[in-house]
Amino acid sequence: MSETARTWRREAHGALVIAKKNALLYYLKPPVLIFGVLFPVFFFLTFKMGRPVAPEEIVPGMVAMALWFTATAVGPLVTPWERRARTYERLISSPISLRAILAGDVLSGLAFGACLSVIPIALGLALTDAAVTNALLLVPGIILGALSFASLGVLLAAPPASNPSNIMLLSNLVRLPLLFVSGVFLPIARMPAWARWVSPVSPLSYAGDLIRAGFGQVAYFPAWLSLVMLAGFTAVLFWGACRFHRRWRAKGL
Amino acid sequence: MAAAIQVHGLTRRFGDLVAVDHVGFSVSEGEVFGFLGPNGAGKTTTVRMLTGVLDPTEGTATIQGHDICAEPLAAREHLGIVPEEANVYLDLSVWRNVMLMAELHGVPRCRRVEEGERLLGLLGLGERRKQKARGLSKGLRQRLMLCSALVSGPELLFLDEPTSGLDVQSARLIRQVVRDLNGHGLTVFLTTHNMAEAEEMCDRVAIINEGRIAAIDTPDQLRQTVRASQYVEVSFEGPGPQEAALRGLPEVERLARQGERMLLYTRRPGRTAVALADLADREGLEVRELRTCTPSLEDVFLFLTRGGGGEKAP
Repeated sequence: MSETARTWRREAHGALVIAKKNALLYYLKPPVLIFGVLFPVFFFLTFKMGRPVAPEEIVPGMVAMALWFTATAVGPLVTPWERRARTYERLISSPISLRAILAGDVLSGLAFGACLSVIPIALGLALTDAAVTNALLLVPGIILGALSFASLGVLLAAPPASNPSNIMLLSNLVRLPLLFVSGVFLPIARMPAWARWVSPVSPLSYAGDLIRAGFGQVAYFPAWLSLVMLAGFTAVLFWGACRFHRRWRAKGL
Repeated sequence: MAAAIQVHGLTRRFGDLVAVDHVGFSVSEGEVFGFLGPNGAGKTTTVRMLTGVLDPTEGTATIQGHDICAEPLAAREHLGIVPEEANVYLDLSVWRNVMLMAELHGVPRCRRVEEGERLLGLLGLGERRKQKARGLSKGLRQRLMLCSALVSGPELLFLDEPTSGLDVQSARLIRQVVRDLNGHGLTVFLTTHNMAEAEEMCDRVAIINEGRIAAIDTPDQLRQTVRASQYVEVSFEGPGPQEAALRGLPEVERLARQGERMLLYTRRPGRTAVALADLADREGLEVRELRTCTPSLEDVFLFLTRGGGGEKAP
């Protein structure tokens, strides 16, 4: 095996170890449960109650919103929590790169988001007339969406705040506006012109669109564009996360 | 002997503050190297650079031949680290804490299980393997940190104040384990405020002050650098000789009284002691206690870091 292959294998192994550690330590932390699980439930109830919308029509939006909140909930918690507990130093002095550590954080966000998105899908299929008509769009929409959302979460964790609540506040400042312009509550085609201009800057727009297409509803973007954009968002957000985390680490923060 | 650590001109600035200023030293394989300094002298910053937590602003260092900037992962493969604050994962069990560090170092499963069990037993944590680290005392957490640092079989162990604030049992056990491992070839880089610990454990000691290395040598040689702090301590049964007679003894430079004991500061304690015994013999005095005292490592440390007290040897 070449040196490069050995290094990549080792980095991948390190990322999986970090993801496993995050799952054991952080999935059940109150901030993750509150911002990742309770938030979307209450948003859904707020959106649904008193509106004459067929239940099956809101299932894709519910799935996309749950995915958005769950996949972005883990990243902003892990690094500040570990900085405060001083366990972060143990990780960065171990023989895996910062990139592998952050990849592990992304993987744990991906797994959390993708696994929990099964719940609204199952409820939607069981309790409404919604049906999955194109799993080839639904599954990549969920996986790529969770990857890009988790990368955003890890990027948001870069500023050197030792108190996790500061980063959770910052993450909500970013997540909530993006949620409202992403066509989750109202299809993008029916949104005002300014919102239609803004919605392409949100990865949730593309993931929500793919999920909607997976449930047989009309998509706003072509499927190929959504897939490419989600892959692009993942690459750019992860690159940014590595860059900013490295910058703060180099400053000793 | 090959160098486990080579440091050349290592410097770290935080804005205008120079925390570590062109530090250079070398640690041989199998050596226990003490790194001493007052608070804020640059000890921890140096260790954080060597262990990959901080990037140096200038200078280079190698760990087992691997440059810490050019080959950081290869350099860190050889390290075990026990920081001052036992930063274990409080919500993980003792066993999971140890296994996590083994997995991060890529230790194969069968070896990490075997080694983890052996180390937990050695450090008295075998019966607590399922307990969450949150429930451990400070001493037990520090033992757990040592287990986690050793489970990957490092060639070089960084210990940052490993026994600071620990109960006597834990401190003694940690020192004993480290000494035994050093006997089997482990190189140890020990940062400590505890001079007795440094004196007892270290082959060589570096003293850092205001970001610069003030001295590097064996504890014995360092003591020799403060010659004016050597003295002869004497006490007599009944009234002793006149102070003037003591001042007149060869090489005596200064006299001090400490209760019933007289301290005769001298550059040549042996010669002064012989002259003192002759004086007592001549005057029919009975000596109760007579001993020559060289400066402790603590005296050297204070001399080098406060610039006070003694006179440095040429």
